Amino acid sequence: MKSIEEIKSAIEAAVSGARVGIVPNGSPSGQHSLLLDPQHAVAVAKFLRDDKELQLDFLSNATGVDWLDKEITEKVKVTRPVTKTVDGVDQTMEETVEETRKHVQPGYLEAVYHLYSMARKHGPVILRMRTGNRTDQVELPSLTPVWRSAEFQEREIFDLFGIVFTGHPDLRRILMWDNFKDHPMRRDYVEPDDFEYEPTAHDEVLARAAAHRAARQGSAVAAAEANAGAER
Amino acid sequence: MSNVGLQAEATAASGREEGWNRPRTLTPEGELLEVAMGPHHPSTHGVFRMDVALDGERVIRLKPVFGYLHRNHEKLAEGMAYLASMPFTDRLDYICSLTNNWAYALAVEKLVGQEVPERAQYLRVILAELTRIVNHASSVGFLIQEMGASGTPLMYAFREREKILDLFESLTGARMMCNYMRFGGCRVDASAAWLDATRKVVAGLPRFADEFENLLCTNEILMARCQGIGILRPELAVNAGVTGPLLRASGVNYDIRKVDRYGIYDRFRFRVPLGDHWDVYDRFMVRLLELRESIGILEQALKEIPAGPIMDAKAKLRGFRPKAGEAYGRIEAPKGELGFYLISDGGPNPYRYRVRPPSLINLTILEDMCLGEHLADVVLIFGSVDIVLGEVDR
Repeated sequence: MKSIEEIKSAIEAAVSGARVGIVPNGSPSGQHSLLLDPQHAVAVAKFLRDDKELQLDFLSNATGVDWLDKEITEKVKVTRPVTKTVDGVDQTMEETVEETRKHVQPGYLEAVYHLYSMARKHGPVILRMRTGNRTDQVELPSLTPVWRSAEFQEREIFDLFGIVFTGHPDLRRILMWDNFKDHPMRRDYVEPDDFEYEPTAHDEVLARAAAHRAARQGSAVAAAEANAGAER
Repeated sequence: MSNVGLQAEATAASGREEGWNRPRTLTPEGELLEVAMGPHHPSTHGVFRMDVALDGERVIRLKPVFGYLHRNHEKLAEGMAYLASMPFTDRLDYICSLTNNWAYALAVEKLVGQEVPERAQYLRVILAELTRIVNHASSVGFLIQEMGASGTPLMYAFREREKILDLFESLTGARMMCNYMRFGGCRVDASAAWLDATRKVVAGLPRFADEFENLLCTNEILMARCQGIGILRPELAVNAGVTGPLLRASGVNYDIRKVDRYGIYDRFRFRVPLGDHWDVYDRFMVRLLELRESIGILEQALKEIPAGPIMDAKAKLRGFRPKAGEAYGRIEAPKGELGFYLISDGGPNPYRYRVRPPSLINLTILEDMCLGEHLADVVLIFGSVDIVLGEVDR
């Protein structure tokens, strides 16, 4: 099979305007991946599937990854002019100082696709796409029209990570129920405390459950139960 | 279709018009009746629901509904150390815990570049092929149970399964939740007595296969119910990511044991059975033939298994922290391609842990296979996909 650099240049030759990056992988598995820009992703996917040499007809695995905002602390050497008085004369000199800088690398959601070829028996070629951020720019193009096997897997990514796939024929929640609000596979997901009353020995669990019910129903009964739970 | 070029031609998706891989739209002649099959229907192998729209007896639309057994297995695994989720992989496809163990171990071994000693490789092959026999025998048994032959064939399958589960129990301590494999080997060594007992069981398996085939293959009712039903075209099967016996029954020659040659599968002689009518009967037959090939692999492996260690001496058991990177490892599980995708950020827990469940992805084309068929056949088509809900819902 072609190396990842060759695939990258083949894509750039075939799809005009497509920007492709290579994401290196530090693991001994050596599975590097291609980073696609969302505008051209469908055209690139079609090329990869239909190209005679690559013929990546089998989309094996599609999944999401959540990358949180990362605060990066780095030490930078800065040269700045300093005015010093030497022998009664003001002189401007250059001085190198080490500075600690902090900046926040914005987080994003990522969709990862593992492709193989059933006809040519090679693979994997790994594709990645990244959203603009984790809140309002979470749209990516769906690859389901190209590979049907993405249908349920993209629904799962939508359900658990919250990436919205445009062009998906049937984008609904798949594992969680329809009225569910959040996306549980995100790294910053907080479990709700609305579990049913469970006869467990964990006081903390019982107190939280009772408090939740009290807040929800506001009834005197539930509040009394919360007190009883705290006393126990 | 053994010729690779010919197969590539037949399954190519290029030049087909947009939407060729979507289910057809059928127009009903009469009034539509919507039926929710499941989650308590006995044919659904657990808690699974199909929302079916019927025109008389004919299926016009079918939407699978998932999630009744969802426990967010992936999130759980991301909150614990790598080894700690090994027992949880048993609960994915709970009929085939040993192949799940192997797939996970393989992915982690790829992530850290871990070698596995000879004897452990042989033990893995032996256990995986025994698992395949258990799975194929019981899935055929269940299929025929759903056809209405209550009891007999399934009990024949379970009789053999029982012998194999006894072997699992004496080696790993558990019949179904084996938790046996480790990164870089296996947990306990097999004694000579265990290998002898396995040889004895394996020697009895061809007779079971003969008996099973004589009982079922030419049965008139079975043929009438299964042949020409639930046809899955190879090009759609490939495009929809279908794997395992379901794919091979559609005539596509793709077995990961042959393609990736993971473990030591390049040392064994076995054939890959393919179907050429692409129907339920072919799936039934492919499973029976694969069962026979597995017996062949077992005989070779049990003859050749060397003495030696079962864990790599360099394998790290405590303080296991793979360096940052990612790996996707996959095996040919009895139900199809089972893969694990892991991302490490250098910490003790995986940053991302993903299971590629063959059962879920094989259900993508359930609607396509059922459209236009009778409701009674939906049960058979669904049975021929062979799923386990523990893996579908995770």
